[in-house]
Amino acid sequence: MDSNRLSGPLADPAGEAGYPSDHPDRVGFFTDTSVCIGCKACEVACKEWNLLPEDGLDLTGMSYDNTGALGATTWRHVAFVEQHGSTGSTVDLGMPGMGEDQVRWLMSSDVCKHCTHAACLDVCPTGALIRTEYGTVLVQDDVCNGCGYCVPACPYGVIDIRPDTGGAAKCTMCQDRLGAGLMPACATACPTESIQYGPLDELRDRAGQRVAELHDQGITEARLYGHDPADGVGGDGAFFLLLDEPEVYGLPPDPVVTTRDLPSMWRHAAGAALTAAAVIVGCFVGGKR
Amino acid sequence: MKRGDRLMVPEAEFRSYYGRPVLKRPVWKVPDVPAYLYLGGLAGASSTMALCADLTGRRRLARSGRLAAAVGATASVGALIHDLGRPARFLNMLRVLKPTSPLSVGSWILAPFSALSGAGAASEITGRLPALGRAAATTAGVIAPAMTTYTAVLLADTAVPGWHAAYRELPFLFAGSAVSSAGAVGMLAAPAESGPARRMAVAGAALEFAAGRSMHQRTGLVGEVYRQGRAGAAWRAARVLTGLGAGAALFAGRSRPAVIVSGLCLTAGAVATRYAIFEAGRASVSDPRYTVVPQRDRLDARR
Ligand code: SF4
Ligand code: SF4
Repeated sequence: MDSNRLSGPLADPAGEAGYPSDHPDRVGFFTDTSVCIGCKACEVACKEWNLLPEDGLDLTGMSYDNTGALGATTWRHVAFVEQHGSTGSTVDLGMPGMGEDQVRWLMSSDVCKHCTHAACLDVCPTGALIRTEYGTVLVQDDVCNGCGYCVPACPYGVIDIRPDTGGAAKCTMCQDRLGAGLMPACATACPTESIQYGPLDELRDRAGQRVAELHDQGITEARLYGHDPADGVGGDGAFFLLLDEPEVYGLPPDPVVTTRDLPSMWRHAAGAALTAAAVIVGCFVGGKR
Repeated sequence: MKRGDRLMVPEAEFRSYYGRPVLKRPVWKVPDVPAYLYLGGLAGASSTMALCADLTGRRRLARSGRLAAAVGATASVGALIHDLGRPARFLNMLRVLKPTSPLSVGSWILAPFSALSGAGAASEITGRLPALGRAAATTAGVIAPAMTTYTAVLLADTAVPGWHAAYRELPFLFAGSAVSSAGAVGMLAAPAESGPARRMAVAGAALEFAAGRSMHQRTGLVGEVYRQGRAGAAWRAARVLTGLGAGAALFAGRSRPAVIVSGLCLTAGAVATRYAIFEAGRASVSDPRYTVVPQRDRLDARR
């Protein structure tokens, strides 16, 4: 196993997965949360286009977030973070006053990260999860056997099993739209261009400029998340501009594709198996009946 | 943690999104998956025990080992199929061999192992084709040790903090537990030849204890999940049962009641160990602390 197949920077995931060199550019999402207004147009557009069932009116009882997390039928999830006290820059949203208490709203539309080294894809035993020609990660519904291995493997807690079909499901980056030359439904619907879609390299450049711009405006807490090809998953196909630490938005601070440690895991397993064999043989040698 | 009780989380120590889990909880079911883990280990160690017994002329022990291997492997496949929902889905596992997927590799260990050990046991029971049966059982006995540890990799190769953090020790813990489970079966089924089985019970338990100890010492904050709640209770019960079982195996000699108590304690202990590990993983996912804090520490250390 070439170590680059399991972790580390990888310039061309689609090419590495065997697509000929004339495959399309790797595409992705850049979600700029600094302009997100929490309208949930993306969540709705995603459900409409992908024919996903509604999640019910099960209010979570925390902030204005009714869906709570990404799931098998929520492929875009808008997190609403309500922060009290002076935690960085606030923007006057024209909301009714709430006394002296400073309130800051952070909103962020989360999605499958389409990881460069996708743990879900690595561990899938059936080959149901594949890398597409666009460098994204896709579940083939007809191949998935619902074993659920991808679910705990994902370091971002994205993919899940749909109770109605028994199969794994997550964002497809609207594979069917990409083939027709369209943008994913969420990016099309977003009124503030918080969700930007395009070739990943371009998005990374644009994101770098946007952070610099915000820093110049004194918003020093602006930072990118998931953009670095040298991170634990080889960089995300969907990355973010955040205004606070990732964990505040429900994102893991330093996710790692655990397959990175697979050679070491198998070495330990082999060592343990040999130990078991040696112990058993030893119990038969030289003892009484 | 209940929904929305964010204030319970000490803000200075770690932050999260309203205390909600970062990771998805494994969808695998109880008792299917803990049973699958226990039975696979039992089958593997029993098969190697049968091979050694055969080579050293212990017929009764060889026979018991072959039967335990076949029953354990078949039931292990059964538990996996029950978790998947349909037999065809197990066959679907064999449509590709994917080295990056421990479940794929494991299915390719489990399928031939259960076929071979089934053939060995069938020949043992019917007395037909003894040479072929012996060849099948021998081959099974040689690949069997892999059966005792691949499931540890299966759990460890996930983002589940409680499992991944323990990836070095889990295979040894599973191997030890499997050896003592097989020893327990050997003691119960072949009393007249139970010397090696009793030694397996004790040595396996010792290996399991040592691996568990080093796992506790090395896993730091995440290791808490093996000490608290349901997982902690099951873990402590497993220690007590395995300890009692191994002690009885050591001192009981051939006293029949003591052997029975020992065998049952070891078996219950091995089942409890698997359940504790499974549950500890689920607990480590449910509380975002175990995902966020170690990652944050790692990140801060790099900065
Ligand atoms: S975020 Fe999770 S589900 Fe999405 S590609 Fe990465 S590992 Fe797979
Ligand atoms: S649930 Fe489906 S997609 Fe996920 S690992 Fe299993 S077969 Fe692959």
